[in-house]
Amino acid sequence: MYRSHVLVCGGTGCTSSGSEQIIKTLEGELEKTGLQNEIKVIKTGCFGLCALGPIMIVYPEGAFYSMVKPEDIPEIVSEHLLKGRIVTRLLYQETVTEDTIKSLNHTDFYKKQKRVALKNCGVIDPENINEYIAYDGYQALGKVLTEMTPEQVIDTIKASGLRGRGGAGFPTGLKWSFAAKNDADQKYVCCNADEGDPGAFMDRSILEGDPNVLIEAMTIAGYAIGASQGYVYVRAEYPIAVKRLQIAIGEAREMGFLGKDIFGSGFDFDLDIRLGAGAFVCGEETALMTSIEGKRGEPRPRPPFPAEKGLFGKPSVLNNVETYANIPQIILNGPEWFSSMGTEKSKGTKVFALGGKINNTGLVEVPMGTTLRTIIEEIGGGIPGGKKFKAAQTGGPSGGCIPAEHMDIEIDYDNLLSIGSMMGSGGLIVMDEDTCMVDIAKFFLEFTVDESCGKCTPCRIGTKRMYEILDKISKGKATMQDIDRLEKLAHYIKDNALCGLGQTAPNPVLSTLHFFRDEYVAHIVEKRCPAGVCKDLLNFYIREDKCKGCTLCARNCPVGAISGNVKEPHIIDRSKCIKCGACIEKCKFGAIEKH
Amino acid sequence: MKSLAELQALRDKMKGNMGIRDEDDASIRVVVGMATCGIAAGARPVLQAFTDEVAKRGLQNVAVGQTGCIGICQYEPVVEVFMPGQEKVTYVKMTAEKAVQVVNDHLVNGNVVTEYTIGANAK
Repeated sequence: MYRSHVLVCGGTGCTSSGSEQIIKTLEGELEKTGLQNEIKVIKTGCFGLCALGPIMIVYPEGAFYSMVKPEDIPEIVSEHLLKGRIVTRLLYQETVTEDTIKSLNHTDFYKKQKRVALKNCGVIDPENINEYIAYDGYQALGKVLTEMTPEQVIDTIKASGLRGRGGAGFPTGLKWSFAAKNDADQKYVCCNADEGDPGAFMDRSILEGDPNVLIEAMTIAGYAIGASQGYVYVRAEYPIAVKRLQIAIGEAREMGFLGKDIFGSGFDFDLDIRLGAGAFVCGEETALMTSIEGKRGEPRPRPPFPAEKGLFGKPSVLNNVETYANIPQIILNGPEWFSSMGTEKSKGTKVFALGGKINNTGLVEVPMGTTLRTIIEEIGGGIPGGKKFKAAQTGGPSGGCIPAEHMDIEIDYDNLLSIGSMMGSGGLIVMDEDTCMVDIAKFFLEFTVDESCGKCTPCRIGTKRMYEILDKISKGKATMQDIDRLEKLAHYIKDNALCGLGQTAPNPVLSTLHFFRDEYVAHIVEKRCPAGVCKDLLNFYIREDKCKGCTLCARNCPVGAISGNVKEPHIIDRSKCIKCGACIEKCKFGAIEKH
Repeated sequence: MKSLAELQALRDKMKGNMGIRDEDDASIRVVVGMATCGIAAGARPVLQAFTDEVAKRGLQNVAVGQTGCIGICQYEPVVEVFMPGQEKVTYVKMTAEKAVQVVNDHLVNGNVVTEYTIGANAK
């Protein structure tokens, strides 16, 4: 029995900020002070507040240490763990109040959140199945196998109103019922853990923080549709997630949650991992299944839909990780509990990966229907440096931008579609006034051009042509007709591409054209980039009245484009200048301007 | 895993180890004075006895923690028990044996062990 548990985040975010080293130092210090049998160190999954990593929580006090450094550890051990004096100086400052510490759940970042899919992330040790069991793990599977028929399971999921969290938002129960209806000697349950959207990382965090929930949910799905084999398709770039899932599958097999005759019900189910090589198109369901079969990952026309002819030509169900993470709790708490959260047509919660120009970078889970303003200003802590909010990008390369005037929109599947964006997998990239919308559209198009599999012409050639037009605009070489051509091409690709990748690829362009047309026009007509991003349209100047001749800029210019005598105003040679902006950063007098 | 009952038994067993991570305001707190004076007077075995006994009895609503010096060093090891909605009880000159008795009488059955409290010792 331990009197204290120290939870250290072992998610990818905190691992890259050094949590492995923290754990090692901590274990060394505990041994030195002889506390190793009293205090347990647990490596958990992601807490969500990645911007403050490495993160460490000490229970029973619930003291939340943020941005912990190895050199802080001896003090935390000798003061807090040995003598019980919390090191207030190192706590996440928002939790420090005058006479006590605030519980983490009462901080701005967590109090508006509702954690369902992320329930166990940052709470349990993902490499220990017993901790999952302690928090009601596998109870839902037991209930399903011993008390419910497959039809009842499907009806429960249908009644909950759960929709696919991978992007399109198809009702999960309905999907399962299609696959259940088709008779076959073999059926399959698949999980999409390919998570290709730049900026989205909730699926990875669930796999890293709570891998057993996926195993439990996929087994439930197998029972519901009559499948005995499941595959998790996860990208090879997620080594921690893959490792923890492997450990969890091993433990689940050992305890009999996978294998033959689970819970003595006569139901058999097993699960295997298939690694993807990180192609964006393999997140599309038919391409994913082709890839699991060992073939080149390319989509194929639908119908037939996977529920009829999916993996290896057999009826299959494919859901994404976050969708599965909701299943056990729907079974245990009932569909009414789930459908009591969210909006009329979008039930439950949604995890968003907050990134870009925002203070609290990380994972947040909120009920559907929460406004963008709440997510960005309250949970996200606003925009750094007092800059102004310009737009939020949702849905990655398939989504669109939400401008400031729509900040009070209640986020759900249908509302986002109505303003030309989409939920996508939940990446939410915040952009401030320094972001150029043409540049953003170009960035996403470049990504789709790279990732297009090349099977269908509209996507292979169309996205390339769109990219070229955007490139022209960003260089000030386009005409107003180019905007019309861009729009026409965008609609053509939307209507004619084979799979979701191509059909949604024009969305970033269409939505920025819709909300920020003036910026496109400024690039074309005035040859000016209003945000000061597009390099070809920028020139750097030194203001004579402000320059003190300190020579700092000249010394830092990587190409030697700045000249001038000491204590005299300097000059930039525009034929040499590469517009890197190093001089602006260095100038202490604000004498260098770009426009 | 052959039955739901087996799983539930396992869950209940595992849950005992996890109660420490619940941030529930309704729980009982046992705080052991662990400043230099407390440690020198033997607070460590007392703390250990509390954690062991609480675990043995599977008391999920009890959190055992430590604190610094309360300022009554001659009475160390000092242990304070906070029950929700009640005045705190301060036990003094504690030992591992006394700790076991406090868990059984006070934490489980709600009877303060008056003879170990500061009130009884200060007379």
